[in-house]
Amino acid sequence: MSDYLDEMDHLADSADPTVGDLEIQNFTINFGPQHPAAHGVLRMVMELDGEIVERVDPHIGLLHRGTEKLIEHKTYLQALPYFDRLDYCSPLAMEYSYVLAIEKLLDLEVPLRGQYLRVLFAELTRICNHMLNLGAHVMDVGAMTPNIWVFEIREQCLEFFERASGARMHSAWFRPGGVHRDVPLKLLTDIADWLDEFPTLFEDAMSLVVGNRIFKQRNVNIATVSKDDAVRWGFSGPVLRGSGVAWDLRKSQPYDVYDRMEFDVPVGTSGDCYDRFMVRVEEVRQSARIMRQCLNEMPDGPVSSSDRKIVPPKRAEMKQSMEALIHHFKLYTEGFHVPAGEVYVATESPKGEFGVYLVSDGTNKPYRCKIRPTAFSHLQAMDFMTKGHMLPDATAILGAIDIVFGECDR
Amino acid sequence: MAHSAPAISSNEGVAAKLGKAIGAALLETVEAYGEISFTVERKKLSTVLEKLREKHEYQQLVEIAGVDYPDRPERFEVCYHLLSLTRNHRIRVKVTTDEDTAVPSVTHIWEVAGWLEREVFDMYGVLFDGNTDLRRILTDYGFQGYPFRKDFPLTGYVEMRYSEEAKRVVYEPVKLAQDFRSFDFMSPWEGADYILPGDEKVGGEAPPATPKTTDKKSDTGAGKKANKEAAKKSDGKATKAKARAPKRTKSGTNKSGEGK
Repeated sequence: MSDYLDEMDHLADSADPTVGDLEIQNFTINFGPQHPAAHGVLRMVMELDGEIVERVDPHIGLLHRGTEKLIEHKTYLQALPYFDRLDYCSPLAMEYSYVLAIEKLLDLEVPLRGQYLRVLFAELTRICNHMLNLGAHVMDVGAMTPNIWVFEIREQCLEFFERASGARMHSAWFRPGGVHRDVPLKLLTDIADWLDEFPTLFEDAMSLVVGNRIFKQRNVNIATVSKDDAVRWGFSGPVLRGSGVAWDLRKSQPYDVYDRMEFDVPVGTSGDCYDRFMVRVEEVRQSARIMRQCLNEMPDGPVSSSDRKIVPPKRAEMKQSMEALIHHFKLYTEGFHVPAGEVYVATESPKGEFGVYLVSDGTNKPYRCKIRPTAFSHLQAMDFMTKGHMLPDATAILGAIDIVFGECDR
Repeated sequence: MAHSAPAISSNEGVAAKLGKAIGAALLETVEAYGEISFTVERKKLSTVLEKLREKHEYQQLVEIAGVDYPDRPERFEVCYHLLSLTRNHRIRVKVTTDEDTAVPSVTHIWEVAGWLEREVFDMYGVLFDGNTDLRRILTDYGFQGYPFRKDFPLTGYVEMRYSEEAKRVVYEPVKLAQDFRSFDFMSPWEGADYILPGDEKVGGEAPPATPKTTDKKSDTGAGKKANKEAAKKSDGKATKAKARAPKRTKSGTNKSGEGK
């Protein structure tokens, strides 16, 4: 800085004031790795021309834990909890792809109640995730109140997870063959009551921002992505739909009982941050609709497959049956063997297409488990989306693509 | 179909049609678990993928996955997962490669390939010819080695901590309080690939007996003489019963914990 001032001093000339004009170089800054608007540990090297972003180079991997390598050394069941820790804002949606991939390799049938429960809780996870993202997004662009309001809803969602699985976040509740254990009836009735109550608070919170002048100024026409670009950059989920592509894996490639559900797929018109935000707002309403249908249609019956070579017996059964005891012992030590082969299974996680490419060699451990994170392709387009926008828009763009580093870095 | 995994459009006729389109570059077609995968020639990869995108509506490159098969002559498999939004279909295109041979980059077809290729490079060391930004992506700055290769240990080689003395982060070789254990669950009667304890006696292939001798005093494993002062205080003779360190023996039979 002192060099710069010296230079200025030297060049300043009262006779010819234009001599003092210096050629200004672009300014390079670090955004993160510890920045509240980075939604985790993201380092972005930004080249700024004044306040205009010229280039963004996201450096990721600060949360890389080698999940895929760890999974190769665990049995199929032991690997399951790693998925909760990928996208820790929507843990059950992460487990979903994995259990479906195993079931596809085993060709395992899940009882209807198990399928309904998984869809119900996957949608609850979607609401839970969107509550965090919508709240964080409005806070990134300067509003405080809606975030606190929707966090209340998120808290209620987490309580439901706790009542179903015992854990607020890392549930490990979806299992190959169904879900780990059935839910009490009271939980289902409470969810039904909650589905009538929470929209009031949610709509209140959204009414503060969706028509708000400042919020629109910060989001409308920011990072506009065309349909073609969105497809080429590998976008998925709300970001792809925000660009106007009506593509939802729950509709187009239905899994479990999604083909029985009636719901609409919201799409954006201009592909900007505001559209992405509004797509998520509408998805919350649609998720509530799906959940109501699940609750109405859910049959009684077992929640997981009765194939004892894959699904462990219940504890009570073990106390009576020697065979059940042996199955329990074998499944929790050796685990089940999965036929050799490879599958790629992708589900619609709240953030987009979350895929698992599972290669099995016929043993009790996955040979390779490649996780396709949603954030990877979205974040890669950060440079493309941010170029030419102002520095504070970077936070709006980050908020609108909804990244979580547990999943991006794996 | 019993499982309830995502349902895509029918595979009927797709493998034949696309196989024809890929033409001479096609090495193998596998259709299993309702998924089609084509193995194609490495050199022709980008033309094949371009054709699949332009002519056959596979608009999205969803994923590039590396897989390591150390036993094969070309140990790495690079799998490109394509998705057609219009035909609601997925296919997989694979190429094989080794440590030194580069795979043609597809960044000119899909921008998204940039980071996906960087990840495969970072994890497996597969080179991509034409990717202008082939830096490491997920591992630490200055990381060495390719962690997802099967011969890279799970626990890695270095660990990192903040050193109070140096006032900075330091790297040190990994020290494990307990060895990483990997259990072999193969039932003996299902064909374990090692000799079971005791089985070596059956085939007459008993391991050569190494007679246990103590010719020299140093072989006994005894330590230095006990404190002379201590010896004096007792009756002078009885101190020979010094505890001898038991000689460590390698039994060689208890391999069951070693794993494959």
